[in-house]
Amino acid sequence: MSRETTVNLLLALLLLGAPLVAAGMGEPFYVTLATRVVVLALAAVGLNLALGLGGLLSFGHAAFFGLGGYVAGILATHAFNAEPLFADIPGTTSMPLIWMTAVAVAGLVALPIGAISLRTSGVYFIMITLAFAQMIYYFAISWPAYGGEDGLSLSMRNAFPGVNTAKPLPYFLICYAALMGALLLFRIIEGSRFGSALQAARQNGTRLAAVGIAPFSIRLVAFAASAMITGFAGALYADLNRFVGPSMLSWHMSGELIVLIILGGKGRLFGPVAGAMIFVFFEYVLGGITERWQFFLGLILLGIVLFARGGLLGLLCGKPRHV
Amino acid sequence: MSEPVLEIHDLRKSFGALKATDGVSLELRPGQIHALIGPNGAGKSTLIHQIAGSLKADSGTIRFLGRDIGGLDMAARARLGLARSFQISSLAQEFSALRNVMLAVQARQGSSFRFFRQVTDDKTLTEPAMAMLERVGLATRAHVPAAELSHGERRQLEIAIALALSPRAFLFDEPMAGMGPEGSKRLTSFLDELRHQAPMLLVEHDMDAVFALADRVSVLVYGRIIASGTVDEIRSDPDVRRAYLGETA
Amino acid sequence: MFTTLLIEQLLNGLQLGVMLFLMAAGLTLIFGVMGLINLAHGSLYMIGAFACATVAAATGSFWIGLIASLAAAAGVGAIIEVAVIRRLYDRDHLDQVLATFALILILSEGARWLFGSFPLYLDIPPQLQGAVALPGGGQYQLYRLAIIGVGVVVAAGLYLLISRTRLGMRIRAGESDREMIGALGVDIGTLYTVVFALGAALAGLAGALVGALQSVQVGMGEPVLILAFVVIVIGGIGSIKGALVGAVIVGVVDTMGRFLLPSLLALTMPASQATTIGAALASMLIYVVMALILAFRPSGLFSAHS
Repeated sequence: MSRETTVNLLLALLLLGAPLVAAGMGEPFYVTLATRVVVLALAAVGLNLALGLGGLLSFGHAAFFGLGGYVAGILATHAFNAEPLFADIPGTTSMPLIWMTAVAVAGLVALPIGAISLRTSGVYFIMITLAFAQMIYYFAISWPAYGGEDGLSLSMRNAFPGVNTAKPLPYFLICYAALMGALLLFRIIEGSRFGSALQAARQNGTRLAAVGIAPFSIRLVAFAASAMITGFAGALYADLNRFVGPSMLSWHMSGELIVLIILGGKGRLFGPVAGAMIFVFFEYVLGGITERWQFFLGLILLGIVLFARGGLLGLLCGKPRHV
Repeated sequence: MSEPVLEIHDLRKSFGALKATDGVSLELRPGQIHALIGPNGAGKSTLIHQIAGSLKADSGTIRFLGRDIGGLDMAARARLGLARSFQISSLAQEFSALRNVMLAVQARQGSSFRFFRQVTDDKTLTEPAMAMLERVGLATRAHVPAAELSHGERRQLEIAIALALSPRAFLFDEPMAGMGPEGSKRLTSFLDELRHQAPMLLVEHDMDAVFALADRVSVLVYGRIIASGTVDEIRSDPDVRRAYLGETA
Repeated sequence: MFTTLLIEQLLNGLQLGVMLFLMAAGLTLIFGVMGLINLAHGSLYMIGAFACATVAAATGSFWIGLIASLAAAAGVGAIIEVAVIRRLYDRDHLDQVLATFALILILSEGARWLFGSFPLYLDIPPQLQGAVALPGGGQYQLYRLAIIGVGVVVAAGLYLLISRTRLGMRIRAGESDREMIGALGVDIGTLYTVVFALGAALAGLAGALVGALQSVQVGMGEPVLILAFVVIVIGGIGSIKGALVGAVIVGVVDTMGRFLLPSLLALTMPASQATTIGAALASMLIYVVMALILAFRPSGLFSAHS
């Protein structure tokens, strides 16, 4: 077993074990904190598909995260108020239905955004993805039907068949299973023909085109798939907080998702997981010491970018290896 | 004689006031190696870029296998069977030599939207790719990342990738560049056999190689073809001697 | 009546455009010369506004505040260029984005630390208070006209600076060929610091000018930064002319959209609905314009690096 596999396994066990212990000791707060790690990691796994494998520096993934969240919030609100969504389509509080809708909406919105943004590259791509996310953000703020600036509160967590989602631990386990599923999917895609083409598009798009594979279509599919995973995470995040608001769509959120990946290690399977653990740890520990924790987070992040490229996994396992 | 595989007619491309390609016409016929020579800055690479589709011509037509390909992008032209090598090696640097070739095999099979089966276990990819590496003599270096290959090995890898595409025509942009005399000699005899697989448009500075390989030679100077003919015709052409060979010989 | 409103809104759009130009000019210059994407540009805008508000409150003079804003933004700009930014020129965009994102966290939280969470207020200087009469009746705030004037002067100044001076020549050389500029014997390090400080000063100027129109608070630079990104994407990254044209397009389209869309929709639906839907659509309008322009010109209207 390679060193990275061992580290990944330990991280997965730690992330599962800690909340189990916390729940056993009657400390639900830490279970919720771990759920936050898991959901943020899931969102970043989505981004990692585009950014890590495909080299697509999307600065607008908050759009998909927020859309997933709003799908959950809107469907649940309609179900709660017993108002149909359109015509006679009712809302729902069923998590599986909500997830499927969130994934579909994120993917459908990502396709046109990706199709326009991917005509460009480099710094244009960064700015355009940011701008489109901002467009959705401002729309959410100025559209009063679903809370506008104030956001939407969910009166209770949505339902999953056979599970009491209102309790922290069962909900954590649902999210944990989702994260593990996404990581497995990521690993499979990475090793597939599509994954090969996507990584080649990052390393050398001209080479990919010269063998007859159009980088654009590969990147577009990756961008949409990436948005779908992040949208799924958004739906889970809304249920975790029982709230969804424009802050989920904000560009700070997009920036944070990138930060998670870099803290952990770009393009590595468990990079987003390690990154989310560090991020929430800082948020919690620094946030407990000082109100100004973001100031210190900035300093730490700056130090990592300037002096410790490769993130935590880079530090623990060295350079990534390709077969 | 049979129909040309590649037929270029009155191709033009300017960058501002510079006419990089100024009314170029040429043909590539089955079984042929057509060499394109000319001094630095004559527009040879610009021409290759336009044929391969990485640059768009201002005007003129490019027909490949009887079809006008001027409106197609590089990937579409490659899918039709136009395989190119780059003047400066252009590879997926982090991938091993084998995976670089596997990418071409996968492209050839037209199957990049498969998300599940793992490429490393897929014999329909690994076996043909390994066979290509063996043909160019790179099999022992199959698992070395492209970035760590030597200059000469990278040139060999470029050719293995082109071979894996089972192309209908090769476009080679200075495949000998930077190779030692020994390497150039080996590559020359390799290319010599390749003509039976598909015809080749060859840009090359190594005159020994050109004169040994070419069925036809076209001389490009300032974006224009000033002479085109057999090796012997070109060697004895007074214009060519003045404009080009005079400088190097 | 309607024409007067229309003229007023057009001027508002122009004023927004001018402010965006001040931001976008610095961003595009920094990108053009150094190849750097600077997310922290909005923080320099905020610094200019805070410096102006604080110094104006202490001295009682807006004008001293304005000078202070230029000095503070340029000074902080030079410091972060030397301390952080110059390590990023050879890095990829990802590192640049992250490091400048980190700078935003540091500068925003730092400003909150120094100035507290409550907004500061800055008064319009007495010389520029009041309004001028518009042709066809109606009045327009003198101060906003003055901002438009500042924008015209800065645009002309930048044009002269870049086309007529030694510094401008070096900037142009740096844009086209970084090796060459070294060969010219120019100290690149100093040139980069100067260009960065110049861009920072323009952002600070924009912040100070706008500070008198709205409250001065942490985070005020971020919406402006994103609009400035839209501007330079539309105009073509690296082009000052593109920044000017893009800024006017974004300023006018955004303002006119917010003004006209609700009234246009009111022709087809109840007024209250038209107001909310119109506002929501208007907030998306410039992004739609951006998408349309990019669909036809993927590298912007006046791309310097095509």
